[in-house]
Amino acid sequence: MNAPTKQSAAVSAFLADQETKSYLRVLTCGSVDDGKSTLIGRLLYDTKLLFEDQLAALRTDTKKYGTTGEDEFDLALLVDGLQAEREQGITIDVAYRFFSTDKRKFTIADTPGHEQYTRNMVTGASNSDLAIILIDARKGVLTQTRRHSFICSLIGIKHVVLAINKIDLVDHSQSRFDEIIADYKSFADDFGFKTLQPIPMSARYGDNVIERSENTPWYEGPCLLDYLENIQVGTSREQGPFRMPVQWVNRPNLDFRGFSGTIASGQIAPGDKLVVAKTGQASTVKEIVTADGNLAQAGPGEAVTITLEDEIDISRGDMLVAADNRPEVSDQIAAHLVWMGEEALLPGRAYLMKCGTRTVTATVTELKHKIGINNFRKLAAKTLDLNEVAFCNLSLSEPVAFDPYEDIHETGSFILIDRFANATVAAGMISFGLRRATNIHIQALDVNKKARAKLNEQRACALWFTGLSGSGKSTVANILEKKLHNLGRHTYVLDGDNLRHGLNRDLGFTDVDRVENIRRVGETTKLFVDAGLIVLVSFISPFRSERRMARDLLEDGEFLEVFVETPIEVCAERDPKGLYKKAMAGEIKNFTGIDSPYEFPENPEIRIDTTERTAEDLAEDILEYLKVGGYIG
Amino acid sequence: MPIARQTHLKRLEAESIEIFREVAAAFENPVMLYSIGKDSSVMLHLAMKAFYPSKPPFPLLHVDTTWKFGEMIKFRDETAKRLGLDLIVHINEEGVARNMNPFDHGSANYTHVMKTEGLKQALDKHGFDAAFGGARRDEEKSRAKERIFSFRNKSHAWDPKNQRPELWNLFNTRVNKGESIRVFPLSNWTELDIWQYILTEKIPMVPLYFAAPRPVVTRDGTLIMVDDERFPLAPGEVVETKQVRFRTLGCYPLTGAVESDADTLEAIVEEMLTVKSSEREGRLIDSDESASMEKKKREGYF
Repeated sequence: MNAPTKQSAAVSAFLADQETKSYLRVLTCGSVDDGKSTLIGRLLYDTKLLFEDQLAALRTDTKKYGTTGEDEFDLALLVDGLQAEREQGITIDVAYRFFSTDKRKFTIADTPGHEQYTRNMVTGASNSDLAIILIDARKGVLTQTRRHSFICSLIGIKHVVLAINKIDLVDHSQSRFDEIIADYKSFADDFGFKTLQPIPMSARYGDNVIERSENTPWYEGPCLLDYLENIQVGTSREQGPFRMPVQWVNRPNLDFRGFSGTIASGQIAPGDKLVVAKTGQASTVKEIVTADGNLAQAGPGEAVTITLEDEIDISRGDMLVAADNRPEVSDQIAAHLVWMGEEALLPGRAYLMKCGTRTVTATVTELKHKIGINNFRKLAAKTLDLNEVAFCNLSLSEPVAFDPYEDIHETGSFILIDRFANATVAAGMISFGLRRATNIHIQALDVNKKARAKLNEQRACALWFTGLSGSGKSTVANILEKKLHNLGRHTYVLDGDNLRHGLNRDLGFTDVDRVENIRRVGETTKLFVDAGLIVLVSFISPFRSERRMARDLLEDGEFLEVFVETPIEVCAERDPKGLYKKAMAGEIKNFTGIDSPYEFPENPEIRIDTTERTAEDLAEDILEYLKVGGYIG
Repeated sequence: MPIARQTHLKRLEAESIEIFREVAAAFENPVMLYSIGKDSSVMLHLAMKAFYPSKPPFPLLHVDTTWKFGEMIKFRDETAKRLGLDLIVHINEEGVARNMNPFDHGSANYTHVMKTEGLKQALDKHGFDAAFGGARRDEEKSRAKERIFSFRNKSHAWDPKNQRPELWNLFNTRVNKGESIRVFPLSNWTELDIWQYILTEKIPMVPLYFAAPRPVVTRDGTLIMVDDERFPLAPGEVVETKQVRFRTLGCYPLTGAVESDADTLEAIVEEMLTVKSSEREGRLIDSDESASMEKKKREGYF
């Protein structure tokens, strides 16, 4: 390397200029074939942000996949990057593109129009400040236009450009343009958009994209790029109360203990009073540490490490907040959910909830209503399917600190995660906390589980028999109970017969009802274990999630899963109640193993096979397990 | 007293730092793929900042194809030493035993064995559940589609049609045993951002990025540097000395040089502002077949 030469003045000026440019995150959405990808391609092309080799590749791609004929570039191919997308000519997942003009830097999230990929559109929306909603001028407002507008509103996007595209195909008609705007406003008026700018456009030919078009002399507004360069979308996170979820505790040595995280809202300076939201423990900011030196103050979006004057217990998942302006803390919340799971949401099923840097277990206790996309009416719902939106109550395994999403997105949003597949199944926006949490206190009783079990001279536990109908669960459980009884042990059997006919008689056999059935069985089991008994639970309990939920209700070592591993052919052959015959004839719906799934246990404490040994021997084996495990003497 | 709005680079820096910390806190056994190039250098610089005053709580991994530029290897070892970080170097010994090279086996086949297979071997061997990579969304069309936290199944494959939704900054870090996440802290950086940041932060770089007289041959219209004696000259090929530099670095027989006088960072940025081709043009492996990057990524390539 030579000695530094000309630090070109042009370069310095350019770089200084880059640093002071403002920044806008834009989302494009709308129905299939409304021209979203073409519009982005047009912006990149017209702002001269494509390199020669990219243009050459586009020329080749247009020949191979294009829909515009060879004389023109198919601009959508610049953005549709996946092979499946190019082959099918559709957008499947969100693509992020970056471009800048003299005034601003932009990120554009191009999102899919198909209903089945709505979750990918929500992904793009959650990180955008402004939405361009495209409408094909020939087709007008479609279901997806409504759906995407509603989701933008729900996610809190406040600025919308209504790009009425393909205006060339309706002869640049002003009346058609006005008609579509009126139609759009008739449903979107309540969506809380601060600005709504309709622009007549042809993405394919570039009308009103980067300059005003002569084809629409009746249109007096700005072209798209002008509008995007000038709109002010400033959020006021700086004025908000201080919030910082602790991501990572920084302990390089015994003398340094800092709390690393990104500031979600508000300002902070050394000397400021902070508290840990959940515990209320207070301290004062000592230093704001960064690799570039300590800061005199820091604000939203900055990734810092805070040290405190006092030694207080803080770990990942805690939230540091302003002492005089604290968030809510609750384990019962009301929130909107956008469901993204392939499997439906089941109330009562336990999901993981990630809120800020904290992860807890959450169950939907009540689906208040779902929201119909066509007329935005509130509809009664028992479950929630892919891409549906609902308002619901959630119960959490422990209290979390949060703000209403409307006030601070960063501390009011959460995701739900399936506990087995680990898929992200919902986006959530908290509306408010339910005060119930603070009013129900657990009664601490003097006579406890241990005392009762001791009197019974046994360790209380639940033997949870799971397996297909006819696998032999009840047979083995009944023999085992007799043996325990003869040994003077205190037992109780819970099975379909004594619960379905009483406590659970309001429940059917849909997935929703099965989950609620097992939830009640789980809670009942917990009470009986608390009473010091050895409980033998005999239920098909086909879903891993619910067995996991029942396990989580008990303490370690109290839940013994007994997998009765009888193959379905054998069960159907035995068919003690004639149920398989009926199910196969279609007379019984939702029959486990036939038209409803059974999820095998992965790590049961005990496995028994009724095809090789007698029920008597198997019961003896389990008795031995209980002796070895110290449950009975 | 309102503070100045975050500048563009500070905003990108903060976003990357948040990603680094999330991985360190949520995963058991993360690793950083260190490929020695400019993006890796920026990524490493950001990691040093993210955990300050601690060191990054993960090692660096370099998958050495044995055909890297000599200067890269020297720079790699010096960097790890200078920063006091653990460096794991993995070479696919099966590939070496078969004498895999880009000349006899074709670039696609060679890259698959030495890079993709080598990477998978290293990830399996150490049981890493998260691996940082320096890829950016502005590099290539299939990268533009990828999440910041990108799930890989037990065979390290990417399923582009079934990515986890990625909402706000709430990254889903959950994996089952054997599965992993590729994490891209530079997802939202552009090539210009990278150079600007290197300039602002004075980040040390491999000298190959700066123009100097170097021995090259012209092959299929691309300038290839003759980095060592293993390079087989075709009949009629002549080694010339030209003033060249590299916009991107990889295996030397597969990396095209550009003729340039840019020998300082300022000059590189200036050159970039007037350049007419994208940086990936210098990578011969991307043009092997259409949609080749997506195909390689599905097979486990970074």
